[in-house]
Amino acid sequence: MDLAYSERHQVFRSELQQFLKEHKDSAPKGRASIGKASDEAKQWQQLLIKHGYAARNIPKKYGGYGAEFDILESHIIAEEFSKSNVRPGHSGDERVVPVLLELGTEKQREELIAPTISGEMIWCQGYSEPGSGSDLASLSTKAVLDGDEWVINGQKIWTSGAQHADMCFCLVRTEPDAPKHQGISYLIFTMDRPGIEVRPLVTMTGEAIFNETFFTDTRVPKDGIVGKRGEGWFVANATLKHERGSLGDPNQTESRFRSLVELMKNETIDGTPLIKIPAYRDRLMRLQARMLTMKYNGMRILTAYLKKEEPGLPRWIVKLQGCELNHQIAALAIDAMGELGVLYEDSPYIRDAGMWQKSYMLDLGLIIGGGTAQIQKNMIGERALGLPKEPKYKQGA
Amino acid sequence: MEFALSEEQVMLQDSVSGYLKGNCSLDVVRQGVAGGITKQADVWQGICDLGILGIIIPGELGGVELGFLDAALIAEALGRAIAPVPFIGSCIMAPVALLNGGSEQQKETWLPKIASGEVVFGVGVTEQIARRETDGIQCSGGKLSGKAMFVVDGVDADMLIIADDSGAMHIVDANASGVTRRALQTIDKTRAVAEVVFDSVEADLLPGSQNDKEPLLKTIDAGRIMIAADSLGAAQVMIEQAVAYAQERKQFDRVIGSFQAVKHMCAEMASDLEPCRSLVWYTAHTVNDMPEETRMLACHAKAHLSEVGRSIAKIATEVHGGMGFTDLLGLHYWFKRVGLNRQLLGSPELVREEAALAQGW
Repeated sequence: MDLAYSERHQVFRSELQQFLKEHKDSAPKGRASIGKASDEAKQWQQLLIKHGYAARNIPKKYGGYGAEFDILESHIIAEEFSKSNVRPGHSGDERVVPVLLELGTEKQREELIAPTISGEMIWCQGYSEPGSGSDLASLSTKAVLDGDEWVINGQKIWTSGAQHADMCFCLVRTEPDAPKHQGISYLIFTMDRPGIEVRPLVTMTGEAIFNETFFTDTRVPKDGIVGKRGEGWFVANATLKHERGSLGDPNQTESRFRSLVELMKNETIDGTPLIKIPAYRDRLMRLQARMLTMKYNGMRILTAYLKKEEPGLPRWIVKLQGCELNHQIAALAIDAMGELGVLYEDSPYIRDAGMWQKSYMLDLGLIIGGGTAQIQKNMIGERALGLPKEPKYKQGA
Repeated sequence: MEFALSEEQVMLQDSVSGYLKGNCSLDVVRQGVAGGITKQADVWQGICDLGILGIIIPGELGGVELGFLDAALIAEALGRAIAPVPFIGSCIMAPVALLNGGSEQQKETWLPKIASGEVVFGVGVTEQIARRETDGIQCSGGKLSGKAMFVVDGVDADMLIIADDSGAMHIVDANASGVTRRALQTIDKTRAVAEVVFDSVEADLLPGSQNDKEPLLKTIDAGRIMIAADSLGAAQVMIEQAVAYAQERKQFDRVIGSFQAVKHMCAEMASDLEPCRSLVWYTAHTVNDMPEETRMLACHAKAHLSEVGRSIAKIATEVHGGMGFTDLLGLHYWFKRVGLNRQLLGSPELVREEAALAQGW
């Protein structure tokens, strides 16, 4: 047990702290929006890349900073941005860029990664379908090769940002006779072609975060495939794994917990700060304990990665625990505010720009998305604890 | 940056667990507690031979002078084995009281005897957390009067450390005249807590604790961290037993662990407990390395492991169905160990309040 950082990492951290102090005013405020990046956001991203605080490990020739991957540096970057409440940069699209880097052709990498990192090129993910949610591998959107083009027919759902996207990375069934996991291919293509219809799907927050995306005889180039025909499931799994890791990030939870403490110190009932009111106070302390367990659990995972070990159970539980905890932090903020807690949108008296209600709803979306809580429990039960899978359902049994 | 156990720490825990596995089985525990024994002589001698009683005691005073994380690993192993031994009071809380509040002479007199297992200490500090069923302990003219409740390891103790109403701590001979001890029957037969009544009994003040509450608070912190570690070990066993049972027990031609209802119960238990391990490690580590963080974390570790421990004790029992409710399986020994841990040295709500105060909230 040695929680001290090396000299080199301490210097890295203090340089970053200095950078944040100097430049935080040029950072865009609030969360990144789902659609096109604003000019302000793009400039901020450029500044971060230049200093090595965004796209740090993406090679220079693809528009990144080009540093060797160092997990502690990544950790320090995440931690310091969260602590100072400054919007962090990104490494392009976290789902597709790692896939291109690992499995894309040189041509794909050269054309696609740089504009993605700079925020010029927006992607959407075509995975889930109305009939294939948790059982994603049963997806039925088809692509048939016709000369130099794939012809796609079918429907995707939950395609976040499809209405703004320039590009789509999409799972399609290309080998209808193969077993379900072996019949899928991973295609990338531009969204501006005939036969793609995007219908916004308004969520409970009132915003159209997602879409339904319909493909009718949509023709896309043959060389838009990543990996080989029928290997799409395995190509996609690299990204799914990545997404699951970032949902429930303890830095984000800690930052939200700090906002809750601020709220409870500042808001009062008859002059008494909420944090002094025993029932709310006890709930706050329960949440703090859970937040801390996840923070230290994160340190344990980080250490395992540093030692090139598989973290196992501590890693399996992050999405399940982290998303639920975030949800409960938002719930306490709402409860402690009483009637003020239900104010929304542009209401007078609204606190923190309505962030708590919106988070409470968005978190529910995250508990469901990226592998529902129930699917997470199946994975923990089966992969970490070794419990047997549910037997296959037999027709007529 | 390394948040992990060292090789030596893994070996330490393995050796303690290995010993207990071979020598402190459920049958051994059952036989002992049936006779009302809460300090099983063979097991006590066994862990004494492992040289771990002086885990936090300085080398020059006969101990092995390791850290609190090492001590927590031992407490966890003892919790796993529901070992009936007076470790937390005698080997952790009493040395912490002596090291922080004792005179040189007191340390030299008692710490080597604790490390060798020659003397067992009980520790009575509960009146300083929440006083119930007693008017407390008064000290006048070097003599103690009053009643201490729920003295940790008090039944098997040769000596006692008792906090009086001012928070000052005293060493008292547990067999001195004027001392009346009574074991309180609790749900957990593997450990004994005592009621001790003092009638003008000669006491040896720990001078450092006279006008400074810090030695007392550090003693309580230490006890809470070890209780949390004990619950961690006990709850882990309950999960393992539930998972093993779910893999073996068949209904409707399937092992019950293949039903999602049961599988999810197991997954929830594992996913609640695993981060607790990191909390216990981190908290124990702060005692030696970042003591300014310890108070708040000791409270959180104690309270959170109490909550998670209770929930696991309940769910693991349910996974076993009717068998979980019987004495036959013996699962209830762990259930009760966790149950006692929850109440000792402050129940969760009280301890969380202390965690809030420790942060100036």
